[in-house]
Amino acid sequence: MLLQRFLIRLLTMLVTLFGVAVVVFVVIRVAPGDPIAMMLPPGATDADIARLRALYGLDKTIVEQFFIWLSGVARGDFGTSISLRQDVLGLVFNRLPATLELAIVALVMAVAIGGTTAILGARERGTAIEAGIDIASGAALSIPDFLWGLVLILLFGVLVPIFDISGRVSPQLDLPFVTQFYFFESLLRLRFDLTWDLLKHMLMPAIALALPLAAIISQLLKQSLKEVLDLDYVVLARVKGFSETQVILREALKNAALPTLTLIGVQFTFLIGGTVIVERLFSYEGLGNMAIDAVINRDLPLIQGIVLVFALLFVLINLAVDMMYALLNPRLRHG
Amino acid sequence: MSACLDIANLSAVLANGQRVLRSVSLTVQPGEVRALVGESGAGKTMIGKAVLGVLPSSVSIVEGDMRLEGEDLGKLPPKARRALIGARTALIPQDPLTALNPSRRIGPQMTDRLVRILGWSGDGADRRTRQLLDEVQIRDPDRVLKSYPHELSGGMRQRVLIAAAFAAEPRLIVADEPTTALDVTVQKQILRLIAALQREHGTAILFVTHDLGVVAKISQKVSVLYAGKVVEEAGTADLFAAPRHPYTRALMAATPRYTDPFASLKPVDETVLAGLAAEIAAADQAWRRPNG
Repeated sequence: MLLQRFLIRLLTMLVTLFGVAVVVFVVIRVAPGDPIAMMLPPGATDADIARLRALYGLDKTIVEQFFIWLSGVARGDFGTSISLRQDVLGLVFNRLPATLELAIVALVMAVAIGGTTAILGARERGTAIEAGIDIASGAALSIPDFLWGLVLILLFGVLVPIFDISGRVSPQLDLPFVTQFYFFESLLRLRFDLTWDLLKHMLMPAIALALPLAAIISQLLKQSLKEVLDLDYVVLARVKGFSETQVILREALKNAALPTLTLIGVQFTFLIGGTVIVERLFSYEGLGNMAIDAVINRDLPLIQGIVLVFALLFVLINLAVDMMYALLNPRLRHG
Repeated sequence: MSACLDIANLSAVLANGQRVLRSVSLTVQPGEVRALVGESGAGKTMIGKAVLGVLPSSVSIVEGDMRLEGEDLGKLPPKARRALIGARTALIPQDPLTALNPSRRIGPQMTDRLVRILGWSGDGADRRTRQLLDEVQIRDPDRVLKSYPHELSGGMRQRVLIAAAFAAEPRLIVADEPTTALDVTVQKQILRLIAALQREHGTAILFVTHDLGVVAKISQKVSVLYAGKVVEEAGTADLFAAPRHPYTRALMAATPRYTDPFASLKPVDETVLAGLAAEIAAADQAWRRPNG
């Protein structure tokens, strides 16, 4: 029964990924812009163009190209980047950890900020504090992440320059890392000097990504908390003598968190989508930044590889959310 | 000796200024069961919630005193009031299906007040809880304590809630229509159980109900409530023998009897309702809302 559900789930994931692959493959070939024209100097002969086109397999029909690429992917070969002339899979896995670290730090910040303001707002419901939280979250939500990025650059990069506004790590530093997860590895190696340098680079893009998500979490969780706080078992806990904060944390939070959890799953995928432009803004060397270069250079294999990895990430996040949901709700677990 | 609960002249209003409790006064002596009877919307649950300090935010108390064993609840700072209420009172809620947290096991829900508010040891609280489960005739405490609420029937959950209410030996229990949400066969058992535990522990109960049949079985004193106003107050036996207020007589006439269920069902008379409306209007005219 469980195995059957798991297999069905796996199959839908594969169908989703195949659909994404088809759409990306076709769209970037139909859209205007020619990768070969970008590579050659002006005045190249038609013969040169044709030769290069054949070299990258672009002289065949889209259907043929697709199946050649797909058979490569099945063997783990995502092709060679046109602009960087390196293995696509290697390039993607080299950059993915930077983006994952940024997204995870942003997610943790969003949950921390959103959760705290939601609990505070629910505890102080009906007061000026709740109104203030509502106004703040309204503002955080209606300003998009890249605009927050610009605001933060102005505030903490220019006016009060306490953070670094570009890059992932200071280039003069000697890095002992064996993985690309610099931030997590610096924590594990207890090299907090490096952690601090990484944080100084990461904090602003992470905040920019986190603020809109924090606002959504704050609004939804506060609403769910306020609904739960009128229920009988919460009233009973108050009669028992528990303070409002204890009541929220012990009785209400777990039950109120379920709808928010689903939303975080969906919104986290948007946040990862947001890394593309925010990484560009802060010259952060992640996958999103590379994606923009790939699009500008019409680097077809690289675009395909990046999009497919993003798609896989989204599908896995949804799976994780479903599993957490079952874990948190005893009625689902035993039913 | 001071009364267990002494409510004097309590008035409460909604945010729009509408009066929902009209100068209510009542006392519950130690070890006594005081029934608070009235139709839905009469404000009887509101009185219970006011005593326990859990009124909804839309209702505010504008006048009156509530004394719990002589301590003026209105004069205590919020933290001390919460501690006092937590230590000396308990609530048996109306709907056992919603009064237990669905994501927590029964055990910790029963012991958390003993351990975290009253400072008992975990072992002591566990022993006490098992003793009370035995008193409410739950024979497999191990299974019940480990269960989640959805794994127990409504009657079982109400037993659990009754056991939890008596566990800390409160001086006063507010029972808020504790049998209304249960089916009829279970109602009787639960009522007997509450009566038995009340006698044994000598706990005072403010028993909120709309059911005069329940009043007759469990209480020594009755307050009849209409539109937030106490219209009649008497010993239970006296009330049933000689109801003075026309509304009380009408309520009794509207209570079904097993011997002759249809003949006994009479809606409350128009003239009685008109009389009540005049009485309420006169009371409101005489009342001036105090400042602050």
